[in-house]
Amino acid sequence: MFFSFMEELRSAGISASLKEHLALLAALDADVIGQSPEEFYYLARATLVKDEALLDRFDQVFGKVFKGVFTEYGQNPVDVPADWLKAIAEKYLSPEEMAKIEKMGSWDELMETLKKRLEEQEKRHQGGNKWVGTGGTSPYGNSGYHPEGVRIGGESKHKRAVKVWDKREFQNLDNTKELGTRNIKIAMRRLRRFARDGAVEELDIDGTINGTARQGWLDIKMRPERRNAIKVLLMLDVGGSMDPFIKLCEELFSAATSEFKNLEFFYFHNCPYEGVWKDNKRRFSERTQMWDVLHKFPHDYKVVMVGDASMSPYEITHPGGSVEHFNEESGAVWINRITSTYPATVWLNPVPEKQWGYSQSTKIIKELVNDRMYPLTLEGLDDAMRELSRKHGH
Amino acid sequence: MRFEGTDNYVATDDLKVAVNAATKLRRPLLVKGEPGTGKTVLAQEIATALGAPLIEWNIKSTTKAHQGLYEYDAVARLRDSQLGDERVHDIKNYIKKGKLWEAFTAPQLPVLLIDEIDKADIEFPNDLLQELDRMEFFVYETQETIKAVERPIVIITSNNEKELPDAFLRRCFFHYIKFPDRTTMQAIIDVHFPGIQKMLVSKAMDIFYEVRDVPGLKKKPSTSELLDWLKLLLHEDMPLDVLQSRDPTKAIPPLHGALLKNEQDIMLFERLAFMARRPNT
Repeated sequence: MFFSFMEELRSAGISASLKEHLALLAALDADVIGQSPEEFYYLARATLVKDEALLDRFDQVFGKVFKGVFTEYGQNPVDVPADWLKAIAEKYLSPEEMAKIEKMGSWDELMETLKKRLEEQEKRHQGGNKWVGTGGTSPYGNSGYHPEGVRIGGESKHKRAVKVWDKREFQNLDNTKELGTRNIKIAMRRLRRFARDGAVEELDIDGTINGTARQGWLDIKMRPERRNAIKVLLMLDVGGSMDPFIKLCEELFSAATSEFKNLEFFYFHNCPYEGVWKDNKRRFSERTQMWDVLHKFPHDYKVVMVGDASMSPYEITHPGGSVEHFNEESGAVWINRITSTYPATVWLNPVPEKQWGYSQSTKIIKELVNDRMYPLTLEGLDDAMRELSRKHGH
Repeated sequence: MRFEGTDNYVATDDLKVAVNAATKLRRPLLVKGEPGTGKTVLAQEIATALGAPLIEWNIKSTTKAHQGLYEYDAVARLRDSQLGDERVHDIKNYIKKGKLWEAFTAPQLPVLLIDEIDKADIEFPNDLLQELDRMEFFVYETQETIKAVERPIVIITSNNEKELPDAFLRRCFFHYIKFPDRTTMQAIIDVHFPGIQKMLVSKAMDIFYEVRDVPGLKKKPSTSELLDWLKLLLHEDMPLDVLQSRDPTKAIPPLHGALLKNEQDIMLFERLAFMARRPNT
């Protein structure tokens, strides 16, 4: 049952498994809910979606699949899915009634008859009675059948209300869209890898006591100290076309500083050249030579560059292309130096991914960083962190 | 045995369905949501509503899955062996039952709360897969299998600090407690402060939702903070007109400490107040 619903869910990226499908059926079978579509929606949601970021997508799929099923009276009732009807009918019809239905032929025929009858009914009671087969004579149910709501018995409490799933209340939890400081922190936490490395340094008290108790003699255990082994170099594009993204970068920055102990940051404008700076107010007076940066921080630093990569292509490809000063070597050369010094380098781009193709400079930079450009969404950040935490040979 | 909320807990329809599905099918219910929206309280209220005892297992970053099952106290046994205690011959004396064991063998059907599962190590949920699925586990030291007499009702809360493994999620029902809208919030306040002045609540809620809507807040105030704030307002006997005046020069609501928990947020409000005070030029 609900196969098309499941297929739609899966194609929308909600990986509801067979186990969950069966759980939904089991719950329906166990009478967890009544017959209102809202309750069915809530149950399906609780069973099939396990991530609040996917709730909005679920609402959309639900709305699409069951569109026409739960709409108000007066619309074409052709869209009643047979399996839904069957599920309910099987539960609410007596064996005798079921036998009657069997006599009428297959479910397809039954549906046909039902549709015809509905049409007749509609003609006879213009805008009036909603019920088909009241009084228990119809094979469709003893207390009546509401064609669009597929309710057998009991009226919906929410007749004219907007459908819950159409309200799309979880829209802002979709992780492809909104980024908050907390979200960023959680994504960055993926990078956190507490490694026990180095020589044995610490007395493992628990291990020692346990070993001693089990062995019967003093069994001293040592273990390496635990520390966060991740070091991050954050380079942020400031000014000009980055202005609309200031808030986003601010959040990224504040999340990053609280998440990593070994975090170094530098600013650049449009494209990194031979100098970067730490204080934007004194960008011209206090510059750090890029060579110094490359020499100072070891190769195991992870580099996160943040920038919209929107500029004139010359600013990347040609010496002297910079808009602020005369650069003796092109931006491309400097980006190459960064990526070859730090194998783990990613570029985060706050511009939505679908617009990247329209900007020549974005394409160039994406190539320069070996395709490791990610959109500055939670999903993109997640991918970027995963890329960074991959083992990089040097 | 249906959960319909209790006298002190307002449950929305979707929450009721999720809880009822979980209690009926006896599968764990995973509850997520903003901090302070009543995730932990939910388990207590389900227990009260069903008249079941509540077993709480609070997870910390150091909690290991096996601690929920049992622990073998080798140290105590070593000590007893040195002292020549008779108990040393029976290993059972040194097996300490964990919360899951307790829940499995409870005389009355319990509600087991596994609180903040995301605090633990990333492997923690995986280590409990079989145990929560089949509601049984094996004790190596005594070679016995502990099986649940009746599958307990399991409520798991998560603050989303770590992602939970898929295999674990598939075995749960899921509910995301979204931030309550005004009507729900009104119902929650009515439950907590019966007989509170309607005007005061309405004004307070205006301010509360305004505060939540301020862009750039690091920590938005949540339900529990609103309740605390109301308690404070009542305690201080705050005159209604203080809330009502909404003087633009006082952007910071009275007793804001209950609502804003972050000095950056308070500074943000002060800045806003400062901006409002400046004459428009």
